[in-house]
Amino acid sequence: MSPPQATGRLVMPLVPSDPDVREPEMMPSQKAVIRNVDFYYGNFRALKNISLPLHDKRVTAFIGPSGCGKSTLLRILNRIYELYPGQRATGEVLVDGENILTPGLDLNLLRAKIGMVFQKPTPFPMSIYDNIAFGIRLYERLTRSELDDRVEAALRRAALWDEVKDKLRQSGLGLSGGQQQRLCIARAVAVEPEILLLDEPASALDPLSTQRIEELIAELKDDYCIAIVTHNMQQAARSSDYTAFMYLGDLIEFDETERIFTHPKQKQTEDYITGRFG
Amino acid sequence: MSIYTRRRIANGLVTSLSIGATAFGLLWLVLVLWTLLENGIAAITPALFSQMTPPPGSAGGLLNAIFGSVVMTLIATLVGTPTGILAGTFLAEYSRGSRFGEAVRFINDILLSAPSIIVGLFVYEVMVVRMGHFSAWAGSMALAIIVIPVVVRTTEDMLTLVPNALREAAAALGSPKWKVIVMVSYRAAIQGMVTGVMLAVARIAGETAPLLFTALNNQFWSTNLNAPMANLPVVIFQFAMSPYADWQVLAWGGALLITLTVLCLNIGARALASWGTFKQ
Repeated sequence: MSPPQATGRLVMPLVPSDPDVREPEMMPSQKAVIRNVDFYYGNFRALKNISLPLHDKRVTAFIGPSGCGKSTLLRILNRIYELYPGQRATGEVLVDGENILTPGLDLNLLRAKIGMVFQKPTPFPMSIYDNIAFGIRLYERLTRSELDDRVEAALRRAALWDEVKDKLRQSGLGLSGGQQQRLCIARAVAVEPEILLLDEPASALDPLSTQRIEELIAELKDDYCIAIVTHNMQQAARSSDYTAFMYLGDLIEFDETERIFTHPKQKQTEDYITGRFG
Repeated sequence: MSIYTRRRIANGLVTSLSIGATAFGLLWLVLVLWTLLENGIAAITPALFSQMTPPPGSAGGLLNAIFGSVVMTLIATLVGTPTGILAGTFLAEYSRGSRFGEAVRFINDILLSAPSIIVGLFVYEVMVVRMGHFSAWAGSMALAIIVIPVVVRTTEDMLTLVPNALREAAAALGSPKWKVIVMVSYRAAIQGMVTGVMLAVARIAGETAPLLFTALNNQFWSTNLNAPMANLPVVIFQFAMSPYADWQVLAWGGALLITLTVLCLNIGARALASWGTFKQ
C-alpha cells in the first residue's frame, strides 16, 4: 500500500503506517461476522441492517456521533442487552461460525467467552483480589495457589500488578479511576475470553490514564479480537486497525482505519472525522 | 433599597419561624425523654433485671417481660428478615416495571402503614382463636408481619440504588443472575439493608397493640412459646394503668428501657448508614 502522503488528500495527521501489518500472508482471520443485524428498543429501530466483520488479533473501532448506535452494536455481541426487556436484535452474529443470536443459547457461557469493559469503571464492592477472582471462580475450580497465579497474571496483563500487589485485600473502590478501569480490564481478561468488547473505556479518565489504557489495548491485541467504541477519533486512529463509522443507526463506512482517516469514501465520514459535525 | 429592606425583614421572619417550629418540635421530644428519665431512673436497679413482675405491694423486677420481649422480637426478626429481603429482592431485581411487581409494591406500602392493632386482630383471628389460647408464637407472628413490609421497602430501595452498570459488569463475566444478586447487588447494598432491619427491630420493640391480642401477658417466668408470655409493652400498659405505686415505678423503668433500646438501635442504624456512604 502506498504511503498516504503520496496519494490524494491527507485528511488527518496520521496513524503511523505499519507496513508489515498489511502483508497479505498476515491477513487476519475473521473472528466474528455481523450480518444484517437490526436492533430494536421497543418499536424504535436503533440499528439498520448492519454487516461487518471483526478480525482476530485486531482492534476494530466503532465511531460516530452520540446516539448513532455504536454502543448498541457492541452490546449485541455479548447479548448484554437481554438484561432489559423490550430490547431485541435480529439478523446473525457469527462467532467462529456459530450464530450467537440463536434463541436458547446459554448466555452465561457466551459472556464468559466474550468479555466486556464499560465506560465507567465498575469495580465490585469487594477486595481487589476478589474482583479478579470473581469471574475465574464462576467457571473454574482452582486451588488457592493456582487462583493466586491467575489473579497475578491478570493484574500484570492489565499493567496494574505493581501498583496493587501490596494491597490485594483492600477494596477495589479505593483505587483511582484509571486504576479501577485497569482492574476491570484485568477482571475481563482473567476469564480468558476470546473477544474483548470495550465500551468507551477511557472516556471517564484523565489523559495519562487514557494513554495507559491505549497502551494496554495495543498489547492485548496480540491475543484477542477487540472491538472498541469511542467518541475520541484520535483514539480510534491511534489504537485501531479497522474502523466502522456509524450514523443514526446506519453503518456508513467500514474499512481499515488508515483508509477511513485518509481516504474516506463517504462524504459523511469525511465530514465527521474532520470535525464538521458530530 | 426598600425592596432590599423588605427582603431582609422577610428573610429574618421566615428564619425565626423555622427555628421556632423546630424548637417547638424538639421541646416535646426533650420533655418526653426528660420525664422518662426522671421517673424511670429510680426503677433501673439490679432487681429490674433479676426479678419477676411482682404482685401489687411486693418488690420485683421485669426479667420475665424483658426476656419475653427479646424472644418474641428475635423470632419476629428471624422470620420477617429473610421473607422481607427475598420479597424486596424480587421487587428490585426480578419484577422491575411488571404489573405484578407494581401490585406487590402497592400492597406492601399499605401493609407498611396499616395500624398495628389491625395486625394484632388478624393474628388473633388466625392463630389465637384456632389454637384456643394466647401464645408467644402468635405474638412473634404479629410482630413478624410488622417487620416484613419495612424490610421489603428498605431492601427494594437499597437495591434500586445499586447502579445497573454493576449488574451489567457482573453479567458480562458470565455470571448467572442469582450470583450477580448475591455477590454484587447485596454487597453493594448491605449497609442500607442492615439499617432497614435495625429500624424494623426498633419499630417492633415498642409495639403494644399486636401483643395485647396475641401473646397477652404472663406474670411468671415462662419459656414456653406455646403459652402466653410476658413482654415489656403490655406490662407497661398494665402496670401504668394500675393504681399501685410500685407497679407504676416499674412501668416507668420498662418505658425507659424500651426507649433507650430503640434509641441505641436508631443510632446504630444511622452510624451504619453513614459508614456506608463514607466508604464509597
